Amino acid sequence: MSLLSVRDLSISFGGLKAVDGISFDVEAGEVFTIVGPNGAGKSTIFNLISRFYQPSGGTITFAGQDITGLSAHEIAPLGIARTFQNIELFDHSTVLANLLVGRHTARRTHWIEEVLFLPRVRQEERAHRHAVEEVIDFLDLAAYRDKLIAGLPYGVRKVVEIARALASGPKLILLDEPASGLSVEETQDMAFWIEDMQKDLGITVLMVEHDMSLVTAVSTRVLAVAEGRPLAMGTAAEVQNDPKVIEAYLGTGAAA
Amino acid sequence: MKVHFKDSYDHDIDMFEDRSRALRYGLLLLVMIALPWLLSEYLLGEVTLVLIWSVAGMGLMLLAGHTGQVSLGHAAFLAIGAFSNLWFMAQGMSFWLALPLSGLLTGVVGAVIAMPILRLSGIYLAIATIALSIIVEDVAIVAEPFTGGVVGVFAEPIQAGDTMIDRYGTPALFYYLCLAVTVLVTLGYVNVLRSPTGRAFLAIRDSEVSARALGINVARVKTLAFGLSCAVTGLAGALYAHFVQVVNYESFLILISITLVLQVVIGGLGSIHGAFFGAVVVGLLPQLIAILRDVATTSFGIDIAYPGLDTALFAGIIVLMILFEPLGLYGMYFKARTYLKLFPLYRKDLFRRSKSYLKTERMR
Repeated sequence: MSLLSVRDLSISFGGLKAVDGISFDVEAGEVFTIVGPNGAGKSTIFNLISRFYQPSGGTITFAGQDITGLSAHEIAPLGIARTFQNIELFDHSTVLANLLVGRHTARRTHWIEEVLFLPRVRQEERAHRHAVEEVIDFLDLAAYRDKLIAGLPYGVRKVVEIARALASGPKLILLDEPASGLSVEETQDMAFWIEDMQKDLGITVLMVEHDMSLVTAVSTRVLAVAEGRPLAMGTAAEVQNDPKVIEAYLGTGAAA
Repeated sequence: MKVHFKDSYDHDIDMFEDRSRALRYGLLLLVMIALPWLLSEYLLGEVTLVLIWSVAGMGLMLLAGHTGQVSLGHAAFLAIGAFSNLWFMAQGMSFWLALPLSGLLTGVVGAVIAMPILRLSGIYLAIATIALSIIVEDVAIVAEPFTGGVVGVFAEPIQAGDTMIDRYGTPALFYYLCLAVTVLVTLGYVNVLRSPTGRAFLAIRDSEVSARALGINVARVKTLAFGLSCAVTGLAGALYAHFVQVVNYESFLILISITLVLQVVIGGLGSIHGAFFGAVVVGLLPQLIAILRDVATTSFGIDIAYPGLDTALFAGIIVLMILFEPLGLYGMYFKARTYLKLFPLYRKDLFRRSKSYLKTERMR
């Protein structure tokens, strides 16, 4: 059984069909990439999976459970974490505090215990911090642990956002354009981290990305979409050479 | 410059980052305890009022400063705390039971009110909370059995064993009562901020979208923040009733709500210190103006007793604050402290706001 199954997913904004009958399966352990020109509906698919948008048709199944009817905040506890295309961090907090918010799904203390700061709260805090340190170690963020987000360079913020998603201990991570705005070196680092996530942590990765060097380096399978509809599916090379994909990017006649 | 070497997670979890800081707050508490021997009765009364304002300010700070939800109607919850406390006591309940109960009641009322109005945000939320303040003003006149109508309710002295605690009869004891409540509320506040609930509050303030993606039930956490905020404000209201000894609808006019907002903004949004700094300004400025006025009249023969001078000065201060120091008095204090700590390496643009990157607008 696939980890994530999307069947005939559709949504329209006004008259525009942003996503129009998309189906795909993400197998456990793979890196599945969605590519497509701007406005193809890639981020919309992400927002449908994380339940920010209500689909007008179709179903989303995660680990055998239909998640189409759940609320946005009920998704993370299932083991789905995500990042955003335009970084959405808590700017006035430190890196450590940001990652600790990522542990919210693992929280077991009630707010009344927390007001009194009972010994159990301290124990739980230690456990959260231990988990977060492992992520900091994994993504090499130790130098920035106590820095405020507002003062960090763009590339580091990208990594912090991924770290925050990893802190929740997900089975599936959705990366919305992890390489956008990164330099060539940073993109290479990103490729290594995605590979490590997949191989060392055993996390399934669903990614939207434009940078074909990254897509080719890490993807197990690639799905190309345009105007909300699927175009082609296969390995990165197969999809890149598909005439329909080339047409979608460059216009008719280019493939001829 | 002091460097903290962290060798355990507890270093970050503890309330004070090192021993010298714990010592400083301990000293502050000792000074506060010694105040009745150091100050005249009049000044002690002023300090008591500042403490009450601090508690009310912490209530609003939790909501406006840490959860990012503005309320321009918090006087309504001061009123609920005050009237319910006096009503409980009129039913024969002991003050020591009535105080937490009126905090609890105000919190529950706040949480219930929060459920519909926290669906609004920004300016709409502000308008809804102003409406709340106005409604409570009117209800305070209409609900005569509870609030004494236009006349108001008198506060009975507080029975503590054989002694009576009364603002005028035993000002030192009443001061200690307010100090104890202030310390307890502050401790609870600090505890919330260093645990998951507090982080969820900050998360909602800074990015609701990612808070939801991380599994935070935004509606529930906002309601909790509003409830806690109102409970704390209710406690302040109950103390305030015993401070002024008679409360009616006029004690909780919308101007009080706005003064509370000024307090947290002048003090510095997003810091507990700010609630205290703001309380000092809000509590003592009217007295300071009165003293200056007397000095001007007696020494220089200038009459500056214009009506509305206080309000104008307040307005002036807040405009200057927002223009030059958006982080408030706490921001100034923090910068001065950093300057001394880093001397002579302080850079002028150390606190310049850095460029903020574009945030996702689509899902708002």
